[in-house]
Amino acid sequence: MKIFAAVILFSLATIGFFTWFSNFGIPQVTPAPPPKEEVLDLGAMTMDQFAALGERIFNGRGTCKLCHNPVGGRAPLLDKIGEVVPTRLNAENYKGKASDVESYLYESMVDSSAYVVAGFGKAGTNDTVSPMPNVTGGSIKLSDAEIKSVIAYLQKSNGLEITVEIPKDAEAAPETDEAGPREPFATVEDMFTEFACVGCHKLGVGEEEGDIGPDLRQIGTLRDRDYLRRSLLDPNADIAKGFEPDAMPPDYGQQLYAVELEMIVDHLAGLK
Amino acid sequence: MTPRRAFRLLGTLLLLAFIFCLVPPDGTGTGSGAALAQQSADAQTAATGIAAPKLTAEDYPTIAGVNARVVVWLAAQLHLWFAAFVLAVPIFVFIIEAIGMWSRDRRYDDMAYEFIKISIAAYSLTAVLGGLLVFSLIVFYPHLTQYLGAIFKETMFYYALLFFVESAALYLYYYGWHWLQGGFRKWVHLTIGLLLNAAGTTLMFLANGWLTFMMSPAGIDPSGAFTGDVWTALHNHLWNPINIHRMVANVAYGGSIVGAYAAFKFLSASGAKEKAHYDWMGYTANFIAICALLPLPFAGYYLAAEIYAYSQQMGITLMGGIFAWLFIIQAVLIGTLFLSANYYLWCGMARSEGAARYYPYIKYIAVVLIGAFLVWFTPHTLVLTNEELKALGGPYHKYLGPLGIMPAKNTAVNVMILFTALSFLLYRRANRVVTVPWEKAGNAVQVALFSAGIVNIFFLGIYHGYFTNTVYKVASSIPQVITTLVVIAVSILIDAMMYRGAKEVAPLRWGRVPDRAQYALFLLAVAFTWLMGLMGYIRSGIRQHWHVVGVFRDNSPDAFTPTLGYAANVVSVGTMIFMAMVIFVFWLSQISGVKREPDGYWKEQRA
Ligand code: HEC
Ligand code: HEC
Repeated sequence: MKIFAAVILFSLATIGFFTWFSNFGIPQVTPAPPPKEEVLDLGAMTMDQFAALGERIFNGRGTCKLCHNPVGGRAPLLDKIGEVVPTRLNAENYKGKASDVESYLYESMVDSSAYVVAGFGKAGTNDTVSPMPNVTGGSIKLSDAEIKSVIAYLQKSNGLEITVEIPKDAEAAPETDEAGPREPFATVEDMFTEFACVGCHKLGVGEEEGDIGPDLRQIGTLRDRDYLRRSLLDPNADIAKGFEPDAMPPDYGQQLYAVELEMIVDHLAGLK
Repeated sequence: MTPRRAFRLLGTLLLLAFIFCLVPPDGTGTGSGAALAQQSADAQTAATGIAAPKLTAEDYPTIAGVNARVVVWLAAQLHLWFAAFVLAVPIFVFIIEAIGMWSRDRRYDDMAYEFIKISIAAYSLTAVLGGLLVFSLIVFYPHLTQYLGAIFKETMFYYALLFFVESAALYLYYYGWHWLQGGFRKWVHLTIGLLLNAAGTTLMFLANGWLTFMMSPAGIDPSGAFTGDVWTALHNHLWNPINIHRMVANVAYGGSIVGAYAAFKFLSASGAKEKAHYDWMGYTANFIAICALLPLPFAGYYLAAEIYAYSQQMGITLMGGIFAWLFIIQAVLIGTLFLSANYYLWCGMARSEGAARYYPYIKYIAVVLIGAFLVWFTPHTLVLTNEELKALGGPYHKYLGPLGIMPAKNTAVNVMILFTALSFLLYRRANRVVTVPWEKAGNAVQVALFSAGIVNIFFLGIYHGYFTNTVYKVASSIPQVITTLVVIAVSILIDAMMYRGAKEVAPLRWGRVPDRAQYALFLLAVAFTWLMGLMGYIRSGIRQHWHVVGVFRDNSPDAFTPTLGYAANVVSVGTMIFMAMVIFVFWLSQISGVKREPDGYWKEQRA
């Protein structure tokens, strides 16, 4: 019996040690909760919900906010559509086929060069080519239903009558957030383009790079890795001299995987 | 355990299995209308009819005060522990019996019989726990059970059939042991053992197919509807990697449990003869466990690599995020396994006086093992979400960043394995001296072999780890593994040749081993059990919020990933329940042999 007790005690102590180590020997990270499941059930949606979906797309996956914001000045603001659109449609240099606000907005998203707002064209094209991407393609890939929801949002936020109809066909795909996590990017260059860093920073990877944010081509001489990581995770923690706070998107911490974040930090730290 | 009781338990299980078979076609009736309606709607669009249901939290039945996930978790884990044990023991009983037949050494046959006797009592418990698992799945996850049941109904039928075959073979093998002795009869007996193993292994493979389907579904169209080909669903991407990993791990595990049994018997034995027997039994069981433990890390890497190949995302979840810390815990456990296995070998050298010649080397082996363990213990580069990252202050270990990467760990594991093999070589030599004339040369070759192996492992590790620029620096692992295996194989071969006809300097005296060596065996068994529980958590955890990855979402309130501490607590509770059950089973097998004559109880005694 004594042996039995000794063996039991020994085993319990072993288990106790493993338990202790797992609870206190390593940091207890609470894993992120499962992502919210947003199924686009268009049939059951009210117009308000549809417009709210459009707003989320505008601020999020559609990347519209990246350019159309008051800080950067990269693109015209979309807050006076009701006044502006009729003048666009009548303008001489209008090459599109739109006839009303709804069709103009639609056209702007899929064929933005049909009309280029003065002063916003691609450099050197004399305002004939728009820098705005076709939002049905590339990495944005909005579906028809999603484009319509953005139109609903723009009409609503401009105080206009909402003219789009909620598509009824089942083909309207669920919001792709839900399609599971994306694959991580393999190179820093891809990320700089995909996450639109080059839209605001000079990084030496493309031909046209923006100057809304500081030139980063030699950032490694100025900043260390901790600083760089922080400026991505929490851009307002330190504001670069001569720039305004709140300009750089604050949510890269959510968008980037940590490997990616580290690749970027490594890369920036090496730019000397 | 008496046969009657065993059969009664068996009956219970079959009943449950039967209920299970009934479930798929007609539904469980417990689900909410919404889910069922959804399902029938899907059934109309998908030609085959089996679409992944979309559930809401209301579709998961609850019982007040009961955490559904923990119940299923514990039932599954306990079932797995026992299953691993009862699948593994017949494998090495078969081998030991064959060795006995070949060498005509009766001791092997007796020991094989004693092993199978231990596992037979555990067998019915395995079945009962399997029933409990199915039962709790039906109660708490009816839609999932139904979905899997519908897809895998054929395999479940064969599962039940095989279970009959296995039971029959096991009972014949055990109860017929002494009846089927000598000449042709012995061959018949061995054949039954083979049948038993074939049935058992196939059973496990089937069950593995169900669970790997949940990790890497196959045989379904993009909408998640089953296309009707069971074989494709079964033969999914992770099926074979899991089959291999489990098979090897089971053998190691079975060995470690039997080792603990022998250790306990050794400690409580009174006579020298009994002590000698259980010492030998413990040694053999440990030997089996170690032999299976050595290739296990490689099977693990293979599995991890296949997970990456199947889905980079799942691979990142596995090796990064919070699970990265799990591998630190795993490192502690595997370190424990290796250290206690080595410690047992070193203690075992006391069985022969001749071992004194080798004692001085042991401390160096110990230092190397601990060093390798520490490198392995160094945290990985962590891939966290950035919230987690902020909380931790960076993805690299504060001081030992460069040692935390995979090639460094691979190097450490390989070194650890090589030095364990070295311990074993020394142990083998303990009681003998070489008589062949080329002793010096032989030793020199072995030293050269080990040194070259280690240099090569280091070179590969350093080169791939620090001078190549791959995103996942795993390229070094395969040549490293090959190096290790070659060194072990060749050196054992040379050793065997060198020691052919060697003189015994001092005989191996079984039973002459310190008591603390037995505690190393307990440590091995406990650590192994716990480790299996932990790895069960991650295997299931990397599915995250999916029942079937990417196809069938888990929308239950328990869909979130628990913290490691929480998981460890569940594993610990499970381990303790398991231990209590194992002790009960061993105790049963003990009392079945006890016969007591009460005084003046029966009529005839009073007269
Ligand atoms: C890469 C930056 C960029 C992104 C991303 C972007 N736009 Fe634009 N957008 C522009 C620029 C520059 C113009 C002005 C040139 C032009 O008229 O084509 C413009 C013009 C427009 C116009 C016409 C405005 C007017 O006054 O005529 C609309 C409407 C519009 N964008 C909507 C969107 C929506 C909706 C999204 C998101 C789905 C989006 N944009 C994404 C840069 C962008
Ligand atoms: C919408 C424009 C915008 C985008 C897009 C943007 N940034 Fe910025 N970034 C800024 C502005 C403005 C600042 C300066 C204000 C500040 O420090 O927050 C800044 C600051 C920084 C700094 C700190 C520089 C310093 O010297 O303090 C770094 C590093 C940086 N950004 C990297 C990136 C990277 C990498 C990306 C892409 C993942 C990116 N930024 C995307 C606008 C942007």
